[in-house]
Amino acid sequence: MSAASPATSIPSAVDTAPRKVRRRNAALGLIAWLVGILFVLPVLWMALTSLHSEADAATNPPSLAAPLTLDGYREFFGAGGGPSPWFSLANSVTASVVSTAFVLLLALPAAYALSIRPVKKWTDVLFFFLSTKMLPVVAGLLPIYLFAKSTGTLDNIWLLVILYTSMNLPIAVWMMQSFLSEIPTALIEAAQIDGARLPVILTRVVAPIAMPGIAATSLICFIFSWNEMLFARVLTGVIAQTAPVFLTGFITSQGLFLAKVCAASLVISLPVLAAGFAAQDKLVQGLSLGAVK
Amino acid sequence: MTNTTESTTTTTTTPPGGSGHRTARPAGPAKPPPGLRAWVTRAPLMPALIFLIIVTQLPMVATLVISVFDWNALYPEARSFAGLANYGEVLGDPELRKSVFTTILLTVTVVLVSLVLGMLLALLLDRRFRGRAAVRTMLIAPFLLVPVAAALLWKHVLYNPEYGLFNGVLHWILGDGAAQPDWVAEMPLGAVEASLVWQWTPFMMLILLAGLQSRPTEAVEAARIDGAGAWQVFRYITLPHLRRYLELGALLGTVYIVQNFDAVFTITSGGLGTANLPYSIYQTFYQGHEYGTASAAGVLVVIGSIIIATLALRVVSSLFREEATS
Repeated sequence: MSAASPATSIPSAVDTAPRKVRRRNAALGLIAWLVGILFVLPVLWMALTSLHSEADAATNPPSLAAPLTLDGYREFFGAGGGPSPWFSLANSVTASVVSTAFVLLLALPAAYALSIRPVKKWTDVLFFFLSTKMLPVVAGLLPIYLFAKSTGTLDNIWLLVILYTSMNLPIAVWMMQSFLSEIPTALIEAAQIDGARLPVILTRVVAPIAMPGIAATSLICFIFSWNEMLFARVLTGVIAQTAPVFLTGFITSQGLFLAKVCAASLVISLPVLAAGFAAQDKLVQGLSLGAVK
Repeated sequence: MTNTTESTTTTTTTPPGGSGHRTARPAGPAKPPPGLRAWVTRAPLMPALIFLIIVTQLPMVATLVISVFDWNALYPEARSFAGLANYGEVLGDPELRKSVFTTILLTVTVVLVSLVLGMLLALLLDRRFRGRAAVRTMLIAPFLLVPVAAALLWKHVLYNPEYGLFNGVLHWILGDGAAQPDWVAEMPLGAVEASLVWQWTPFMMLILLAGLQSRPTEAVEAARIDGAGAWQVFRYITLPHLRRYLELGALLGTVYIVQNFDAVFTITSGGLGTANLPYSIYQTFYQGHEYGTASAAGVLVVIGSIIIATLALRVVSSLFREEATS
């Protein structure tokens, strides 16, 4: 499996290529740089705006060299008498971290059953998992809302934890399955011949090899839970409000708010940016549900 | 995890149909009866499976049931069986019909444009140049912004007619007489689409880059030696190889973008003809309190998604098989 040749297979020809080819490569590299800058520019602009005063943030033409200030961030964290974001940030952390833990708890054994000791018709099971991911969330929203209302779990963060667990479980099973199936069976069989029992095999053989995959899966589940807004918007109110919902409720007041919104957006995106860059290499595999390595 | 392999209880579990199960792999040293063994291997799978069925499938069934009732939350007493009337209402409602069209237009535009851009970027990044890793990181950044934050960024920081960056740049370049369009009002759907293309191009780029890097290099080199030009290599080797990855990107993108709520909700609040199906259903039930109608619309969306999902699963499974046999 995964005989995917690494990225650096073609360049051997490039190194010895004539000057014309090298010059063309340099030009294309330059274009890549320009496009990259173009794509990241709105994010950088947002970062700059977040460091301006509200008055400087809302000028036309834009003021590049305006003095920098942390007022936007202070304002976001409630210095100006607005609602404090800490509550919703804490809710988001709870929903994302706990649901990710639940996902791992459920997905690891399932992936084990689907890869190391495959059960019968295991591909069918795998595809059932995937198919649940493809049904639009909005179609099941009303019954969930009614259920929450009748059981008094509206505006309860644990409801979101359960829903986010179900939202990410299929992805996690798929990813984990593809990671675990990379473990050579010979290794496990050798351990068995040496008399190792299942717990020992799991902790000494399987876990060390699977760890990077488990970490990547966790980060991706975390990102999806952190980003989610539709469930959070419909099912939470004041107490269990998450950060994205807080962000949308932020812009009700009149007046200038650009710097504040930019600061808020960046702070709330920060965990995702960090997790995403950390899991960059495994991001594709996770997002393509394990189909691309 | 399950260490029940050692238990020596007699087979109280009924062996599942056709227990030709021994084909799997040699189990541990002690071999329990086959029926029990089948359940033991299956046991780790059960919690996840049961959890998922309860949390994702039951609500769908409930939606199906609600969809045949005439039920407005503001008049709970007036709930009555309505048969297929809600479906008639959904299909006859010009607003909802329009949102079907909007959903298709939005999804197809975003997926196609970001696929093409993503492919061009992947081709650029497939070469070696100074700072390639840095460029890749810059390109991924839009995808790693929280979707709501990205939508707010486009709506307020970029599109705003008075002090948005777009009009600011126009002002910079063209001077005081520069046109200052109200982007969201003048091209509402385009405004939503542009922000989504910006977020999804990196996704397509990542998938296609992975595809490019798994391309068989021998074929490319052989073709080069035979005198094939860059375009011919692309047309006859790279593109056929990328086909599956293009399909995968298109279908996964479709699955995610059909369900988009954040951008529509934030940038236009569904106004100006940009309400897509998720937004319309949300509005029908959350603001209109029309439970029956919202559910019927939900069921129709599910049927549409099943059609897309079947195609998507076929692509994923062909990739999957290819990988399993390689």
